[in-house]
Amino acid sequence: MGSIKKKTGLYYIVNTVLVALLFVILLVLINTGVINRYNTQILTFVCINIILAVSLNLVTGILGQLVLGHAGFMLVGAYASALFTKNIGLPLSVSFPISLMLGGLLAAAFGVIIGIPALRLKGDYLAIITLGFGEIIRVVSYNLEITNGAKALDGIKSLSSRQNPSPMFIYGYLTAAVIIVLLFTFGRSRHGRAVISIREDEIAAEAMGVNTVYYKLFAFVFAAFLAGIAGGLFAHNYGTIDPAKFDFNRSVEILIMVVLGGMGSITGSVISAGALTILSEKLREFSQYRMILYAVILILVMLFKPSGLMGRYEISIPGLMHRLVRKIRDRKKVAKTGEA
Amino acid sequence: MHLLEIKDLGIIFGGLQALNDLHLVVDDKEIVGLIGPNGAGKTTVFNLLTGVYPPSGGAIRLEGNSIIGKKPFQINRIGIARTFQNIRLFKYMSVADNIKLAMNHNMKYNVVSGMLRLPSFWREERAIDKKARELLKIFDMEELADQMASSLPYGQQRKLEILRALASNPKLLLLDEPAAGMNPTETRDLMEVIRRIRDRFNVAILLIEHDMSLVMNVCERLYVLDYGNLIAAGTPEQIRTDEKVIAAYLGK
Repeated sequence: MGSIKKKTGLYYIVNTVLVALLFVILLVLINTGVINRYNTQILTFVCINIILAVSLNLVTGILGQLVLGHAGFMLVGAYASALFTKNIGLPLSVSFPISLMLGGLLAAAFGVIIGIPALRLKGDYLAIITLGFGEIIRVVSYNLEITNGAKALDGIKSLSSRQNPSPMFIYGYLTAAVIIVLLFTFGRSRHGRAVISIREDEIAAEAMGVNTVYYKLFAFVFAAFLAGIAGGLFAHNYGTIDPAKFDFNRSVEILIMVVLGGMGSITGSVISAGALTILSEKLREFSQYRMILYAVILILVMLFKPSGLMGRYEISIPGLMHRLVRKIRDRKKVAKTGEA
Repeated sequence: MHLLEIKDLGIIFGGLQALNDLHLVVDDKEIVGLIGPNGAGKTTVFNLLTGVYPPSGGAIRLEGNSIIGKKPFQINRIGIARTFQNIRLFKYMSVADNIKLAMNHNMKYNVVSGMLRLPSFWREERAIDKKARELLKIFDMEELADQMASSLPYGQQRKLEILRALASNPKLLLLDEPAAGMNPTETRDLMEVIRRIRDRFNVAILLIEHDMSLVMNVCERLYVLDYGNLIAAGTPEQIRTDEKVIAAYLGK
């Protein structure tokens, strides 16, 4: 028992060091100009998509409910946080983090309002109703004055500038890292077990004392909160937002990242969100064909690995190293006994 | 006062009276059987007891308190746990996690301490891990603790489901066809297991079963249902010679 804790403790430390190392390397590359401003923006976008994918994974992969309106929550967070920083009159370095929180909270409030009626449904019906709610949010924002409708809300200031290209990336990276850690620890706590048990068998979970209504709503609202934060980052990364950026296709794009990475695998979502974002940005010249590419990738994965790249498993570098060391040791042992 | 008291219980599905005026009591530490031909309404009784359906009429009391209108998870917490006819394990959770899930509501740490791995998380998780492994030892399954539940053979899955129900610390354990799909040797083992559970956990057991050798051997009292009606109640000897029961099973 003690050794198990020691091992997890070691894993935590190694993972933290690796994440910090990657952060420092990227930061140095950005500040020395090896990664230019355009690519820095893409890297920030990768972080935003990672947040969206892992948060949708909480609902779709870990809770097991199909949701198609994730972009709607992102929209709420984006507008709330953009309007806040535009109108509050505080310096951006103060108002930006507050606005992210605010965007998340407002998206969570929408999550409660939508989740209470919608989560009574399951499967395809839940997918359809969340799709509907997502579209309602978008259409309403087209027609409101405060959102500036279809004319788009522009002039959203970014923390990054020509002289200092890194702040948005720092925010994106650290937020994504913290969210991944929180979702990971959540999945391995008593609350995470309750959420997973609903995916596995809702009737049995309820019969074993799990308040399924509460946990479904919790996971749904928490995912909405994270999508709201991602929306705030998105708005400030691009400077201009209009409702068309948060349409049904956006929801599907996020869902594809989750399905491709493996439902229930957080690291799978991270990998596929990163790969798909970079791929689609690099193929910008062929942007009309992007959805075709997505479709082809999805069909291939469904044909050859229906559970997604990672299935339900997580990948971790210390875990891989541990396995490698064991394999080498086993091989040595086999060699020794072979000689004898 | 009886541990469980069912009075005039009935339920109507559309135009079908699936259960009619059921009277049934279970006392502390008793093993009671509920038998009857297919479609007699036995599983319906379990579903009513665990709050899956609301009854059309009648009363269900656990230790004198009515449980009608309570949700399934609330009924589990006040002391009725069940297994299912077709095993319902959490397949892609480990064996230990299946058991820990049932102990969940006895733990106190909140979402934030779980996410931030505060000391209360480690303390409670370590305690529950130990408890879950001890529970698995009862069926000599402690070595399987870290395997996926879906990887267990059928008999072990049945046992795990019983253990999971016990982990929620019930006063009354409902077993829905525990011997289904078992061979005669496994069934004999199961009889032993059921008695051992009763003695060790001080629970009363109400079980549905088609295997007559098991029912007649293990149960102290039996209730017989046919087409939603209670046609007989009594000790195994009385039931064995009851004409109505023989007619229901074999036809006249």
